[in-house]
This record gives sequence, structure tokens and C-alpha cells, in this order.
Amino acid sequence: MTAPLRLCVRRGPEKEAASPTIRVALTLPSDIDVIEETVELLALHAFAGRIPAQRTRFRFRVTLAEALANAIQCGNGGDPDQPVHVELHLTEETIRVQVTDRGTGFDTDHTTDPTDPDTLEYPCGRGLFIIRHLTDHVEFNDQGNTIWMTLPRS
Amino acid sequence: MALSVATSGSGITIVRVEGQLIVGNRQELKALVTESLDRGGRKFLIDCTDTGYIDSSGLGALVTIAKKVREHGGEIRLAGLNEDLRSLFTLTKLDSLFEIGETVEQTLADF
Repeated sequence: MTAPLRLCVRRGPEKEAASPTIRVALTLPSDIDVIEETVELLALHAFAGRIPAQRTRFRFRVTLAEALANAIQCGNGGDPDQPVHVELHLTEETIRVQVTDRGTGFDTDHTTDPTDPDTLEYPCGRGLFIIRHLTDHVEFNDQGNTIWMTLPRS
Repeated sequence: MALSVATSGSGITIVRVEGQLIVGNRQELKALVTESLDRGGRKFLIDCTDTGYIDSSGLGALVTIAKKVREHGGEIRLAGLNEDLRSLFTLTKLDSLFEIGETVEQTLADF
């Protein structure tokens, strides 16, 4: 049986935050079967009390699902005992998503172009490409086991 | 995600994908199409009318399925994609690998 998701929501100003920020934190096991539930749960919090554009919801859900899949499969090697930590930092205008795994990271500068004719029919290698194109901004830590993605909230 | 299968009067296998096509369930779709290929199905229509979102693994599964269908001399088409899903195929240039129709009815008629 999959371990339950542990969700923690803190609303209020964060230290060093330039504008009022709501922080939503969640830890999940490295199990691909909880990705969908995690995405829907976090989408509820990200857009609570709002009616965002359909495109905004789509971008949030796809990029979060991608980041979680990367963290679970590549970062933690699918080991269910290794958790993945997710945080949302919500301002009036933006959602900053942080996903951290326990892996050793990867070289984020050396990824192939999945739209190249030579790689177009590969079954893998589109995740980071999609994230880079559907978010407003992407950053990684030096180790490569934390990703920050900035997306609109409306 | 829920998958349902139907066969049109002209023998086209219609696979309806309801919900998300993502890493956790992509194998179900691959298994279903493979099963249908083994039973002699050669024309496939993936109905995305009620598909929410597709991640890179879901796209990868569709690429693998399309390859397999073509290797068997078959054909696969997609239909019912909303604007967001279509944009994903355009972004990844997978719209050059798949024939993407508008509605299921229209795509069936054109098949």
C-alpha cells in the first residue's frame, strides 16, 4: 500500500519574501502512481479561490507532473523509501514550484533536443524540454536534484 | 485514467483515453493496443476528447505505439485534442509523426 501524502499548508508572509506569499509543502513517496493525485491536490491549493485560464492550469499540471516523474524515476531511482519534497510559493501573480529529490542530480546543461529528426521517434527525453517551454523560468541547484519552476497564477 | 475500446463499423479500433495519460498509466495503453494488434487490428484512432493532460512519458508511449502499429502495416490517428494538447504536439514536433484529426466522427469518416 502506498504511503499517504503528507501535506502542510502555511499561509502568511515568508521571511525575505518581497510580497505576501503562501507556502504549500508536500512530501510524497517515490511512487509514480501518486503523481496524478499530487498534481491535483497541489493544483487545488495553487488556484484556490481563483478561476485561472485553462492554459495556466494545463501548464501547471503538465510541468509539475514532469518534475515529479523526473524526481521519482531519475532522482530517487523509483525507491519508494526515498521521498520527494515539493513546495509551492504562491504570490498574487506567480507560482514558484520547488521539487527536490534525494538523488545525486544530473547535468542539466547537457540534454538532447527531442525535436531533432534523429531523436524525434525516441520514446524518452522530452520531459525537461517540455518544462523549459511551458514555464516562465526554470532553475536548478548546483547538484541538479532541485528544480524551481516559475509559472503564472491567473 | 480510464481506457475504453470500441470498434467502428469499418473495423477501426477506437481507444478512448479519459483523464491523464502519464507515466503511471502509459503501459495500460501500450498493452491495450498491442493486444488489439495481436488480434488483427490495424487501424487505430486514439480519442483524446476527454483527455486532461499528457506528460512526456505519455507522448513517448504514443510514439512507441505508432511505431509498432506501422511495423505491422497499420495506421494510427489521433482526434479530439483540445488546444492545449495540440500545442504539446506542435511544441514537440510530434504533429509530424501523427495524423491529428479534429473530431472523432470526422477522423473516422476520413480514415
